[in-house]
Amino acid sequence: MVTEAQARRALDTVVDPELDEPITDLGFVRSLSVSGPDVTVHLRLPTSFCAPNFAYLMAADAKDALSALPGAGTVSVFLDDHHDSDLINRGLAADAGYHGTFGDEAEESLDELRTIFRRKAHTAAMERVLTGMLRDGLREDELHDVVLGDLPPGPATTALLRRREALGLACEPSAFALVDEHGNRYPREEVPLRLRLARSVRISIEGNSHFCRGLLRTRYPESAADQTPEKEKVS
Amino acid sequence: MYTKDGEKYFIVDAHIALWDARPENQLNIHGKQFIDCFYDYHRNLSPESEVWPYEDYLYQGGQRLMKDLFEDGYVDHAIFQPAHLGAFYRNGFGQTEEAFALTQQHPDKLTYNHCWDPRNEQDGLDQLRRDAERFGLKGAKLYTAEWHGDSRGYKLDSYWSRKYLETAQELGIRNIHVHKGPTIRPLDRDAFDVADIDKVATDFTELNFVVEHCGLPRLEDFCWIATQEPNVHAGLAVAIPFMHTRPRYFAQIIGELLYWLDENRIQFSSDYALWTPRWLIERFVDFQIPEDMTEYAPLTTAQKKKILGLNAAAMYDIPVPDELQLPREEPQAAAVA
Repeated sequence: MVTEAQARRALDTVVDPELDEPITDLGFVRSLSVSGPDVTVHLRLPTSFCAPNFAYLMAADAKDALSALPGAGTVSVFLDDHHDSDLINRGLAADAGYHGTFGDEAEESLDELRTIFRRKAHTAAMERVLTGMLRDGLREDELHDVVLGDLPPGPATTALLRRREALGLACEPSAFALVDEHGNRYPREEVPLRLRLARSVRISIEGNSHFCRGLLRTRYPESAADQTPEKEKVS
Repeated sequence: MYTKDGEKYFIVDAHIALWDARPENQLNIHGKQFIDCFYDYHRNLSPESEVWPYEDYLYQGGQRLMKDLFEDGYVDHAIFQPAHLGAFYRNGFGQTEEAFALTQQHPDKLTYNHCWDPRNEQDGLDQLRRDAERFGLKGAKLYTAEWHGDSRGYKLDSYWSRKYLETAQELGIRNIHVHKGPTIRPLDRDAFDVADIDKVATDFTELNFVVEHCGLPRLEDFCWIATQEPNVHAGLAVAIPFMHTRPRYFAQIIGELLYWLDENRIQFSSDYALWTPRWLIERFVDFQIPEDMTEYAPLTTAQKKKILGLNAAAMYDIPVPDELQLPREEPQAAAVA
């Protein structure tokens, strides 16, 4: 037996890697039906031409998250109205995996792709917290020495810690905050440039999120009710 | 030309199309999916008063194009940037013969850029030489996400792509407009990766690479590349309509572009018929960075004049009347390669 609430919570853990937001918040879950132990989910995306690798990742992650629920029976996940819907849905139904789904268009794995976007998500989260501190009076030349213990409590800091954890970076209070994807500090003189670069990453992700959410509402007007209100993240 | 508050703006629309996506030209379901995707972009980002009925959107024709751009739209000169999409449309998406005939009728108003696909290998290379002569090409439009047989996209730094760029350089086709759509092969990589632009921009220094929609959805990677490669330019297609729906986001895009590139390497385009130029030009001239965004300097009138036309005019040697040039104390940098 699986409840609808459990299934929805499982889907909450599935993230669009490019937008760094749960597919449930984005309105990508078109329908969810639970019948005893069996779960059926339909997903929808903003365009027919959304990159199929990301589409596959989200659909496969959804199937994995639901299948891991205790008591889950048959889990069926469908991607609707995409140019690769047939291919991806066949692969999902057969649990064919990445290679089995895409054949020779797949080379090794999607791990590197995931890593690239986890790093971008971390960079954006880092910029959000540090720019907030600059607004509150921190001087730019102090950024280099800021440690996690200095960060103000709140959702932005929590989000940064979660993304550090996903990358395997240190999360103790003495760890430095402005770091690269391996947790290393930049040379002090590079701090202004690195913050600027991080800002462009944050703007890019947030902008893509606006665009994808808007396109989804245009394509599926009923999706507006499913999207969580957009956080006013753009400063 | 557009005039506002005593200022006169010379307008070059650097990315337009004359397309045919009517059902009789659709080869398969992807032809419908593609134009539907464009139509959703159009509906999502246009002011309500500027939204076209779907039927009009499928095909505009030359007469309507001339009216939308030059009668209603303030445009002085426009550049065709066709996408072929032969895997989706019987007679292609961009209408070569119709667009070229229109260009021949209005050579002072229109420039025709053509397209190529390096996966046509030697045959396509021979065709490129014939096309360069027939169309008098100064530029080309490359859509790297084009489907071709079993292939669903290519990289600019592949062997045959480099051959085509070498030939373009030799033939004086200097302005390469790159549209990065989702390039599917191999699926392991980011479909919107712009790193191949970096490689060819380094190796083909006589060519200008105008990256359409300024690298979106990878604005940050694009900016980083453009900072290092002086022959990389930003086209504002797709980005500029955000002025209407998301003015604060657009302020950040233009702010970042001006920071990482400079005001000489940004070009206006409506992406007609995705959007129509009139409202975009009116709003861009009125646009200003919000005062609380202190990280960006306010946009100057000179910057707007460069972006709306003078930059592309310099790249394409389009004559600009003296009264529409910038005064001497604000010279246009001769940054064009």
